[in-house]
Amino acid sequence: MKRLEQGERHTVSLILNGVPRTGRADNRTLLSDFLRHELGATGTHVGCEHGVCGACTVRIDGAAARACLTLAVQAEGRRVDTVEGLAGKDGELNDLQQAFRRNHALQCGFCTPGILMSCSDFLERVPGPTEAQVRDMLSGHLCRCTGYTNIVKAVLETAAERQARREEEKHA
Amino acid sequence: MGIPTEHYTRKEKLGGVGCERRRKEDARFIQGKGNYVDDIKLPGMLHGDFVRSPYAHARIKSIDASAALALPGVHAVLTAKDLKPLNLHWMPTLAGDVQAVLADEKVGFQYQEVAFVVADDRYIAADAADMVKVEYEVLPCVSDPHRAMDPDAPEIRPDLAGKMQGAHSARKHHNHIFTWEVGDKAATDLAFSMAEVTVKEKIWYPRNHGSPLETCGAVAAFDKANGELKLWVTSQAPHVVRTVVAQLSGLDEARVHVVAPDVGGGFGVKVGIYPGYVCAIVASISLGRPVKWIEDRVEHLAATAFGRDYHMTGELAADKDGRIKALRVHVLADHGAFDSCADPSKWPAGFFNICTGSYDIKVAYVCVDGVYTNKAPGGVSYRCSFRVTEASYIIERMIDVLAQRLGIDKAEIRLRNFIKPEQFPYMSALGWEYDSGNYAEGLRKVLEACDYAGLRREQAEKRARGYLMGIGLSTFTEIVGAGPTKICDILGVGMFDSCEIRVHPTGSAIARFGTKDQGQSHRTTYAQILATEIGIPSENIMIEEGDTDTAPYGLGTYGSRSTPTAGAAAARAGRKIRAKARKIAAHLLEVSEDDLEWDVDRFVVKGVPDQMKTMKDIAWAAYNNVPPGLEPGLEAVDYYDPPNMTYPSGAYLCVVDIDRYTGEVKVRRFYALDDCGTRINPIIIDGQIHGGLTEAFAVAMGQELPYDKEGNLLGASLLDYFIPTAVETPKYETDFTVTPSPHHPIGAKGVGESPHVGGVSAFSNAVIDAFSHVGVTHIDMPYKSCNVWKMLHALGLDKRE
Repeated sequence: MKRLEQGERHTVSLILNGVPRTGRADNRTLLSDFLRHELGATGTHVGCEHGVCGACTVRIDGAAARACLTLAVQAEGRRVDTVEGLAGKDGELNDLQQAFRRNHALQCGFCTPGILMSCSDFLERVPGPTEAQVRDMLSGHLCRCTGYTNIVKAVLETAAERQARREEEKHA
Repeated sequence: MGIPTEHYTRKEKLGGVGCERRRKEDARFIQGKGNYVDDIKLPGMLHGDFVRSPYAHARIKSIDASAALALPGVHAVLTAKDLKPLNLHWMPTLAGDVQAVLADEKVGFQYQEVAFVVADDRYIAADAADMVKVEYEVLPCVSDPHRAMDPDAPEIRPDLAGKMQGAHSARKHHNHIFTWEVGDKAATDLAFSMAEVTVKEKIWYPRNHGSPLETCGAVAAFDKANGELKLWVTSQAPHVVRTVVAQLSGLDEARVHVVAPDVGGGFGVKVGIYPGYVCAIVASISLGRPVKWIEDRVEHLAATAFGRDYHMTGELAADKDGRIKALRVHVLADHGAFDSCADPSKWPAGFFNICTGSYDIKVAYVCVDGVYTNKAPGGVSYRCSFRVTEASYIIERMIDVLAQRLGIDKAEIRLRNFIKPEQFPYMSALGWEYDSGNYAEGLRKVLEACDYAGLRREQAEKRARGYLMGIGLSTFTEIVGAGPTKICDILGVGMFDSCEIRVHPTGSAIARFGTKDQGQSHRTTYAQILATEIGIPSENIMIEEGDTDTAPYGLGTYGSRSTPTAGAAAARAGRKIRAKARKIAAHLLEVSEDDLEWDVDRFVVKGVPDQMKTMKDIAWAAYNNVPPGLEPGLEAVDYYDPPNMTYPSGAYLCVVDIDRYTGEVKVRRFYALDDCGTRINPIIIDGQIHGGLTEAFAVAMGQELPYDKEGNLLGASLLDYFIPTAVETPKYETDFTVTPSPHHPIGAKGVGESPHVGGVSAFSNAVIDAFSHVGVTHIDMPYKSCNVWKMLHALGLDKRE
């Protein structure tokens, strides 16, 4: 592992939503601040900065992680995916985004980006989750507005849709 | 199912009141394209951070900022001394008190703002804040409000020394803020002295915090060349912020431009004006650069306005059949070091006098004493219309206490005391005119849906086997939609609200409002109200709020007031549009206005259905072919001063099971029936109810901001402060009755806060009901497992046979 000297400033390069991006960061710059203020990707939100609320969740090399508990320098050379990268190139909402909208799974919208990123990772790892598994995954996030029920519904619906699509593809 | 009629299809297409329209806000949020205050980045922008007091009560002997100022990247360190020449070291509060912007010679609570550091970025600002040396002389402190008015209690506010008349009443002690009395004391005392039964209970509603997921913040940008200030701010009431900023700064109000962009939840916390906003403004004016201030979560919980903290004593007088004869309540209200309560200015305890609830109580008396303590200021309404949750809690708890004393069923005692439908409009003993309600119908529906009798049988069986099961009821009445300007104002500005509509030539429209969404879905629901009124599909109606340069003046969104006030303004502005449209249609069709009738989206000549003009036709004509004497264009504005509040109500039932060995409370069932009058969008209503109930669950089961004797806040992070996750949060069943408000243009009452107001009592009553068979009449919230276990242990209920 590279050793960093105190007070050093670095050029950090990463792949943000499929696009190579470069910015400057101090040793201590949090990934959340780097994404938001250096790269201008403000879709990722900051709610507590101590790793509880989950609003800042992004995917690093596919795995959901707290951007507020990650240093920008740790993301050097890695793939970072954020809420801005979920929709298709033509702006078409993906199935999870559509399910959130359909099910009224958000209100003020502040926690939503982080929740969507956790759900994206989770649904790839756990394609047929139970409600209890979904709730357990969501427990890494705080939402003050919805009471979670509609979020759970949206995630389960997305999982079921994907399952159905997979079945169809198998039979096709 | 037959083929839908053409008329029905048109109505469906309109997407008006009552339809389950999907939210218009979501597309941006689910793509990360929202625009919250912290997303704003301006060229040359600097960042502010506070030096805060580690002590609850201390004199500031000196502040040495030299080391901080020497740090590269630091531009300024502001203290009270710098603000004094501008007369900005203190600011007025909404409650008629003043609050220190930066501590002036002494601090009154832990985490109080002492100095404001401005630097190139937030990291440097935080470093510099650590380097500011403040020398304190620690003073004796009062954190217990019951000790605040002891003769020898330390004086928290020497700035008020000798001022024996407060904003609301005479002050009887140096830590006394006000005494507020309502009702007939003599008649109440008499009713108590003659009553067959009286009950009394001390009930504390603990200090808690709304804590929206987005903390508070601001970006101030002063343009020296033009003398104009632009302020982006996390505000539920941007127009009020503009007026207050203009008054404070001396800037012409026309040169102050306030924008509340997307707001990540508010829950009352974002109504007031905080020192951070003022410091960002001052720093921007003095440095000539934009300045951003975003508080962190600890600052938010520790220094930004808390909710509740009411120490109440409730008393009921009744006859042996449980018919309530009188209510008496005394409250000791802990307001912290400054009275920064966000209530309408004339109401020091908000609308606490709604505490007669849903019951026909002939005489009542309420007395609230507000006191200063060495704690953070606040007293905002955490998703509740001005102390209504506290009011609802005391009566819903007390009626259970009375039922237990008399051995009357808790549902039955409510049915015996409800205000009856034929009594509306009902004048309460404490001065409110309830607009409409059908309380018994709601409760009966809930009891039946949940098989209440069956639940009580199950409870009896379980008790016999040593299990603890509780059934909680809450049949609450809210008072929202503040309010009539003759009784409600914020710093002198009447609490009306507004809507301005412009219909464009091609038949789409934009409408702007004086309220401000923080998740309530205004873009979706206001457009539905307008669609029904003006016959333009909601999909073609844009809704805007939050920008004081474009939106009409309004008092903002809190106290469930948006639908009752701005929603009414929408309906009325829409009717003005329709009235003008009728004139244009008559002109186009060459008939008299009286020959026309309105049909969903068009005017039709009576009896000649093919002779008609749609709103689309009329909109076009408004810009090129209006009748002689009529102005072109199709616009309207309405400032709505409500004639009365609205009174939403509900009946909630909660079932809990308690583990007698661990104290864990499990919510097995929660059934929520709400009556918010006319229902604009059932999906949005359900969403509001789910969210509000979850906050109520949080309050009942864990939220508190505890202080020790030295005034230290014991835990101000999300590791300490309870916000439930998807795992703890119960599931809810929702239901409704519809009793429209007779005075609201579309009969709507507002719903955002009902679930919080009614929910807390339901959870609380359920937990306490589980202990009713062993004589327990009250347990203070929050019902954390450890607290419940203590009760179980004290009663010996945790013993294994």
